[in-house]
Amino acid sequence: MSDDRHPLEQFACPVALPAQDKVLLGHGSGGRLSAELLQKVFMPAFQSLALDSLNDQAVVDVDGVRLAFTTDSFVVKPLFFPGGDIGSLAVHGTINDLAVGGAEPLFLSAAFILEEGLLLATLEQVVASFSRAAQEAGVAVITGDTKVVEKGKGDGLFINTSGIGRVPPGINLSADQARPGDCILLSGSIGEHGIAILSQREGLEFESPIRSDSAPLHTLVAAMLAASPAIRCMRDPTRGGVSSALNEIAAQSRVGMELEESAIPIQEAVRGACELLGLDPLYVANEGKLLAIVDAAQAEPILAAMRAHPLGQQARIIGRVTESNPGLVMMRTSLGTTRIVDMLSGDQLPRIC
Amino acid sequence: MKYLDEYRDASIARALLVEIARRVTRPWVLMEICGGQTHTLMRYGIDELLPPRIELVHGPGCPVCVTPLEIIDKAIAIASLPDVTLVSYGDMLRVPGSHSDLLHVKAGGGDVRVAYSPMEALKVARANPARRVVFLGIGFETTAPANAMAVWQAAREGLKNFSMLASQVLVPPAIRLLLESQQHRVQGFIAPGHVCTVMGYEEYVELAQAFRVPIVVGGFEPVDLLEAISMLVAQLEEGRAEVENQYVRSVTREGNRPAQEIMRKVFEVSDRKWRGIGLIPRSGLKLRGEFATFDAEKVFDVATREVEEPVVCISAQVLQGLKKPPDCPAFGERCTPATPLGAPMVSAEGACAAYYQYRRHAVGRVGGVR
Repeated sequence: MSDDRHPLEQFACPVALPAQDKVLLGHGSGGRLSAELLQKVFMPAFQSLALDSLNDQAVVDVDGVRLAFTTDSFVVKPLFFPGGDIGSLAVHGTINDLAVGGAEPLFLSAAFILEEGLLLATLEQVVASFSRAAQEAGVAVITGDTKVVEKGKGDGLFINTSGIGRVPPGINLSADQARPGDCILLSGSIGEHGIAILSQREGLEFESPIRSDSAPLHTLVAAMLAASPAIRCMRDPTRGGVSSALNEIAAQSRVGMELEESAIPIQEAVRGACELLGLDPLYVANEGKLLAIVDAAQAEPILAAMRAHPLGQQARIIGRVTESNPGLVMMRTSLGTTRIVDMLSGDQLPRIC
Repeated sequence: MKYLDEYRDASIARALLVEIARRVTRPWVLMEICGGQTHTLMRYGIDELLPPRIELVHGPGCPVCVTPLEIIDKAIAIASLPDVTLVSYGDMLRVPGSHSDLLHVKAGGGDVRVAYSPMEALKVARANPARRVVFLGIGFETTAPANAMAVWQAAREGLKNFSMLASQVLVPPAIRLLLESQQHRVQGFIAPGHVCTVMGYEEYVELAQAFRVPIVVGGFEPVDLLEAISMLVAQLEEGRAEVENQYVRSVTREGNRPAQEIMRKVFEVSDRKWRGIGLIPRSGLKLRGEFATFDAEKVFDVATREVEEPVVCISAQVLQGLKKPPDCPAFGERCTPATPLGAPMVSAEGACAAYYQYRRHAVGRVGGVR
């Protein structure tokens, strides 16, 4: 050290990271890095009105029929986990992306990318599960594709699915429609899918194993819309969890949000696992839950309809949309203070969907 | 959940706040050492709840933040070798080195893996005898026993393909350095509960006596921290300067003896460079000579360079309690967790990151990436 100041007075800090020239795992986290990729690479290249709405599905008018269209790829590891597998997850994930747009899901595609050496028995098991999940949801699989890549160039098996659904007349859900005063509804306890995957990967054992909440939400959505059309928008909080889904809505609607910490249902085992792993359940993925922003005057009938459905029994109002702090999601803590619930900035999390 | 709910209980917290308000008659400046404690204070907005006469300033206890640039650069160089698997705690992957970070090495084809424990690195080494497996062993006294155990176990098994890039630091020398500074304002310390779970608090008694400063060993939940603050205020108001233990459910005076023993067997005290601070005498641990074959600094011939860090942020003043993160002109604007200019913005335990993540609305800095 060249000068004779006290070492602490010389505290210096490192320079900023160089600009990113490669894709990082964080670009797939559903957080800030994913959003940057979307804004910098994809949106400028694929300009279209439907894409600009940044919803989980595009809604387009075809000769007076409003069709919802979505696509999703599944790279979850491990392929089988408590509560589901990559096959059922692909069906549920795609149906849910349609459902949160208010669409009734009709058709699915199934494209499989297989790694050389994958056991046929494993493939058969996944395909059977895919087929069963689609049948149970009343959705037809009408087209598909198979590719095989060399050993070491894939991870067993990846699935891409696209889905088409029909949006009933009068339904218009979009993430830019939240208004101050609206209620924020959550259909049930959070974090189960992410923790089920993580605990399997980390070899963690709990007294009662945590099961993924993977489930198709379209009948729950239909029940909610039947109760009241006063729903502004819905999201299924998958990658990036409740935090990312609400941050996206807050940003697109240019409103603030205030959540009540004590109102957010979390299973005891999930809480424990999150404490152990140093995770905040608000950032952990769900595959069978939805968030709905609804007109406060209609919150109670919508909530009642949710609670009457098997997938919404634990539905709660978890917060409100505010005029203050536009673009920010705030949380009233158990101590009565408020803090920010930030967007994930691209943390290292394993592949969960 | 037992051991959690009662330490987040709003009615207990309120009672402690009433007690603190009743006790305080003068302004006091208190410092929590550990980044985990900073995180809780910010997350629960405890600074908002305290009487205005109590000011909290934030200490250097963020292991990721103080790991020197040279170690990150070495880890990046080692991880870039084709036959190496580098295993690390997750936070370290995002820390910027001079030119890159471990996430970019991974994206470039390097085999970089995240583990919750160094023992997982041993498993990787056993399963992949053709690869050289390196664990990036950083942290305070909290991680030292597990890191030591991994090396000890590797030696016992005669594992030839495992080594550790160790950068362990110690808390008491950093507190001493701070108290020796002419400018420091800190009048009481909350000592780090996890470090003291391992080390006990004997070492802190000497500091409290030498510098006439009260020290309370504190836990990590809101009620823990409020209780520790209450105990510090009581000492300060009564003119005492003692070491007290708030975190009794985990910490004893003598600490965890078997953990200390494995640390001593594998590590010895050495001078250490702290990122941004520089060399602090006898403030770290290095592998003992008999474990040289497990010392990645010796196994890998990676050039060590003295890296100059340009002064672009105010971490020095933040660490001394002279300034708060929002006092920095770059905070929340040019410097965010996605584009950190300084180490305290990198790790979730860093004071700047904790302010940004939870409280930037309260300090009027909502800008930045959005």
